[in-house]
Amino acid sequence: MRVALFVPCYVDQFYPQVAIASLELLEKLGIEVHVPSNQTCCGQPMANSGFASSTEGCDTNFSKNFDGFDYIVGPSGSCILHLKEHHPSEKIRKSVFEICEFLVDVLKVKSLSANFPHKIGLHQSCHGQRGLHLSSMTELNEKPFSKLASLLDLVKGVEYVYPERADECCGFGGTFCVTEEAVSVRMGQDRVESHLKNGIEFIVGGDTSCLMHMEGILKRQGSKVQVKHIVEILNHA
Amino acid sequence: MLNHAEASEKFIEDAERTTWHDETLWFVRSKRDKVSKLLPEWEALREQASQIKDHTLANLGQYLEEFEANAKKNGIIVHWAKDAQEHNEIVHSIISKHGGKALVKSKSMLTEECHLNDFLTKKGVEVVDTDLGERIVQFRNEVPSHIVLPAIHLKKEDVGETFHEFLGTPKGNKDPQFLTEAARQHLRGYFLGANVAITGVNFAVAETGEFVVCTNEGNADMGAHLAKVHIACMGIEKMIPKRKDLGVFLRLLARSATGQLITTYSSHFAKPREGQEMHIVLVDNGRTRQLARDEFRNSLKCIRCAACFNTCPVYRRSGGHSYHQPVAGPIGSILAPNFDKSANVDLPFASTLCGSCSNVCPVKINIHEQLWFWRQDLMKDGLAPLGKSLSMKGMAFVFSNPTIFKMAGYMGRMVMRFAPFIVNNSLNPWFKQREMPEAPKESFQSWYKNRK
Repeated sequence: MRVALFVPCYVDQFYPQVAIASLELLEKLGIEVHVPSNQTCCGQPMANSGFASSTEGCDTNFSKNFDGFDYIVGPSGSCILHLKEHHPSEKIRKSVFEICEFLVDVLKVKSLSANFPHKIGLHQSCHGQRGLHLSSMTELNEKPFSKLASLLDLVKGVEYVYPERADECCGFGGTFCVTEEAVSVRMGQDRVESHLKNGIEFIVGGDTSCLMHMEGILKRQGSKVQVKHIVEILNHA
Repeated sequence: MLNHAEASEKFIEDAERTTWHDETLWFVRSKRDKVSKLLPEWEALREQASQIKDHTLANLGQYLEEFEANAKKNGIIVHWAKDAQEHNEIVHSIISKHGGKALVKSKSMLTEECHLNDFLTKKGVEVVDTDLGERIVQFRNEVPSHIVLPAIHLKKEDVGETFHEFLGTPKGNKDPQFLTEAARQHLRGYFLGANVAITGVNFAVAETGEFVVCTNEGNADMGAHLAKVHIACMGIEKMIPKRKDLGVFLRLLARSATGQLITTYSSHFAKPREGQEMHIVLVDNGRTRQLARDEFRNSLKCIRCAACFNTCPVYRRSGGHSYHQPVAGPIGSILAPNFDKSANVDLPFASTLCGSCSNVCPVKINIHEQLWFWRQDLMKDGLAPLGKSLSMKGMAFVFSNPTIFKMAGYMGRMVMRFAPFIVNNSLNPWFKQREMPEAPKESFQSWYKNRK
């Protein structure tokens, strides 16, 4: 099976540790991982701003980099959802996987050698959760489950807790975070506050964009609490 | 007029009130969760409701004609209005015929959509909204901020002040029971005096020609039962094929709206009582235009429960008036561009696309997807501000060219590392209340290149 790592543009530039953890984690699990070097962006920032008509160059570049792989795996529910819903190539749409989804559904991972002796707040980002159905949703009358949580169950020492209103949006929302700055920040502050109430050391999630937003708020408040992508926990020795 | 972002910023300035607004509506959402989870068949009910509405919309013409024929058989006078203007004129002509000077009204968002109150007031007719929340906002010369809880943006202190001003209640009295009683006494005279009553319609049954009005306060019934003339105003999408379909919709409506098992009153109006005149005004006002749009058609399935309002994390923190439309919230944001694209260009963007609205919708409208589609539609029509189109073009260019992307990323990071004041300033909306991410020395791709 040919597996490629898709590294979202802002992860590449600002959170390389998330891509490194993704790569190492997959390699530990015995996967030979290809990293196409000319990848850029999935096109979501334009499409969600109403400019899906301008993503052609992005889509073409994505195809150029990722055509020919059986699985295209990325550490972002949001970018993966965009590709799954809007990339013009059916082959690409069917090959993209959010990394937790890939670990649980494709690799069927049953054990990990990870250790993370800390209390963390689990933030199930909306696009991964409601878009990719990585976990059950509080609005629906369905059996509770979470692919993220089932992976954390394999990590030694970690204690994870959900905030009150377990799946309320953090308010990042792509360009929403600047065009609707006031609402975005207020949502983020509320989300952070409900995590902090649980006495956690880290806020952990599957989308670095949400984490970046909450990190910005935590830092402005002078909080010692940090954010981490879930792959950083799963890859933590 | 302020756009959604500007109005929200103003709303949020009062942090305490924002918290209260958010928590109050979240409480309603939680009640909805509780009762919906008591029904093992909840998701199947939603699916069935969705299919009934899809079917009805696909055959709307036929059902409307069936409804009209049966309503006429029952002795109801049926009118057709192509837009708000026609609707208002029809209502006014009925009132004039009966020499009405004052009328009582209950439960009609459609008349808000058509701005009927303004129209009739200008013609010298006094319109009295009889539902408590609607009466409160009417006194204040505001519009409802929520389609089920019209005065949810106000606290009891605000209501006390308003009633002091308009009803002469003692200054400083904010006791809900006292204030409600004051409103009852005030409205009683209008109920007894008005010869025309207007109600909305929740469901119109094609099979029987009857219509159903769901309320908790009973004012629609009181108005309709006392007045000589009852006018029911409805959008043409309120149609359902059969009476038995109510077994699906009535179970969903109240549970979704307020977490009640059923509304206090589900009143069936089938024919005028002796000596009464009963009218129905069937209103299009853009609905057939929406019906013709594939992506947006199923927004017409809406049964106006407002579950999407209560769950929306944006609505809860921005208040209904920030949507500058009679129907606010997520559903309002997908209905409004159908009326006026350029006036409502901000609304489909007043969302993080979190998708919670679609999940609570009892008729399974894909609200968050339609928000996305409206964004595309509005930008295609050239309604983006110039700065935005330019930045989008710039972004598209950078992301299409890996070399330029790497260079731009490198330069961006270096600026943030060595000249952070360039981004850490008041021109950057991110930085206003958040720190920027720390810029690492190297990107992942450059780390990966060296690793090999």
